[in-house]
Amino acid sequence: MIALANVNYYEVWWVQIIKALVIFAGVFAVLPILIVYERKLLGRFQGRYGPNRVGLFGLLQPLAEIVKFATKEPFRPATSVGFLFRLAPMISILTAVSALAIIPFGNVQHIFGRPVGLYGIDVSVGFLYVFAFAGIAFYGVMLGGWASGSKYSFLGAMRGAAQLISYEVSQGLALVGVVIQAQTLSLTGIVRGEVGLWYVIPQLVGFLIFMVASFAETNRAPFDLMEADAELVQGYFTEYGGTGWVAYMFAEYANMITVSAIATTVFLGGWLIPGNPHVPGWVDPIVVIVKMFLVFTFFIWVRATLPRLRYDQLMSFGWKILLPLATLNLLITAIVVGVTHA
Amino acid sequence: MSPYDPGADVIEVVREPSLSPAASAYRAFGETLRGLKTTFARIVEGPVTIQYPEEKTPVYPRFRGRHKLHRFEDTGLEKCVGCSLCAAACPADCIRVVAAENTPENRVSAGERYAAVYEINLSRCIFCGYCEIACPFDAITMGHDYELSDYTRSDLIFTKEMLLAEPIERTPLRAEGE
Repeated sequence: MIALANVNYYEVWWVQIIKALVIFAGVFAVLPILIVYERKLLGRFQGRYGPNRVGLFGLLQPLAEIVKFATKEPFRPATSVGFLFRLAPMISILTAVSALAIIPFGNVQHIFGRPVGLYGIDVSVGFLYVFAFAGIAFYGVMLGGWASGSKYSFLGAMRGAAQLISYEVSQGLALVGVVIQAQTLSLTGIVRGEVGLWYVIPQLVGFLIFMVASFAETNRAPFDLMEADAELVQGYFTEYGGTGWVAYMFAEYANMITVSAIATTVFLGGWLIPGNPHVPGWVDPIVVIVKMFLVFTFFIWVRATLPRLRYDQLMSFGWKILLPLATLNLLITAIVVGVTHA
Repeated sequence: MSPYDPGADVIEVVREPSLSPAASAYRAFGETLRGLKTTFARIVEGPVTIQYPEEKTPVYPRFRGRHKLHRFEDTGLEKCVGCSLCAAACPADCIRVVAAENTPENRVSAGERYAAVYEINLSRCIFCGYCEIACPFDAITMGHDYELSDYTRSDLIFTKEMLLAEPIERTPLRAEGE
């Protein structure tokens, strides 16, 4: 019997606060680096250099851009709803970083003689926490698009809502397969279950479904229909400029980090190294970050490769192929686990 | 028979047989992998960008850049005799020539007359090279310089002294077979 909200933390309150600060400060420090990394890598994929003028190898490009965005006039259209227009990007970025709290960066370590889990919090409801925040993240998109008072924003938000709901189902079902196999919802528990074999092998179909659905969930190419710039200018954040735009941008990349982290944790063995060599504890976070980085690179690679889908293709793919496949995968997993564990 | 008979104009469109869902999914997956391979090959290839201000595309020998006026190498006299054929040939009407008589005290060119004023308005020039073709003495030729931006329009009116001066070679010439 699994307790529904058994929060396994035993750290004192100030350790919790330090962990929260380290994780969120780390993520916000890494985001601009990831953005410049994506732009440079995308350039290489297209036979060009990408930004290389500001600072050494263009590494200061995000800094210059942040200064530019922060000093912009906070403009909003006359038809927009002011309060919601300002609130929406905050919802997006808050939900995007909140999901990072449960990502385990390593096993429980003894730091200064005190056991510290290398994660924000180890909740036994695991994925439900992630999906709860992904659910709230809709409001960032929807409110942003609606409160802008612009038809392009509204169309982008409408598309976004339909797309996110369609693919969240498949994404969730793909993860449930792993949950059945690991017999736990806790992310650290799932990693401990991967000591023998990473779940990417037995759950290969689930992994593929999860990756495809994740492209749609983080609204990345080829599923970036919410901000299809050829048709919708910039989708739900057309009317945003300056810091509001940066918040949406950061939220998108924070979502990518979250999804990379979940893929790493659930399918790619978290902090485990193949062969399970005995390594000191400080290696764990490095292993996790390297794996996340590789998944992130794969996201960029796919973005450089695939063209954007048409909207009806997106919908029919999500409902007619991905969802039945995910359901079938879940069913087979349930039967196999039921037979072998009975 | 229908009122309109297209006769032999009908074209039979032959389509390939549509694949089964499984086969099309397999093909889509395979094509995706092929696409990923293609883009990855671009990384291995490396960028093809030319970092312009630092490295420049070499020009061909017959590249038509900024004009040059020439002197005779032995006597140092100007080749231009102020005949205004270049100005007449110019489709953009950007050349202005005012001729004057050579005198024994003031001998500028090899002919009877010389160009007292020779101006090319490079903001109007279309670099067609007709002036070069029109010139009977090869006094004006097209050079290789293409870096011609300036801050005011009047700065782009090149006078005779500027066109006669040995130009700074800012553009590399393409080597043989490059």
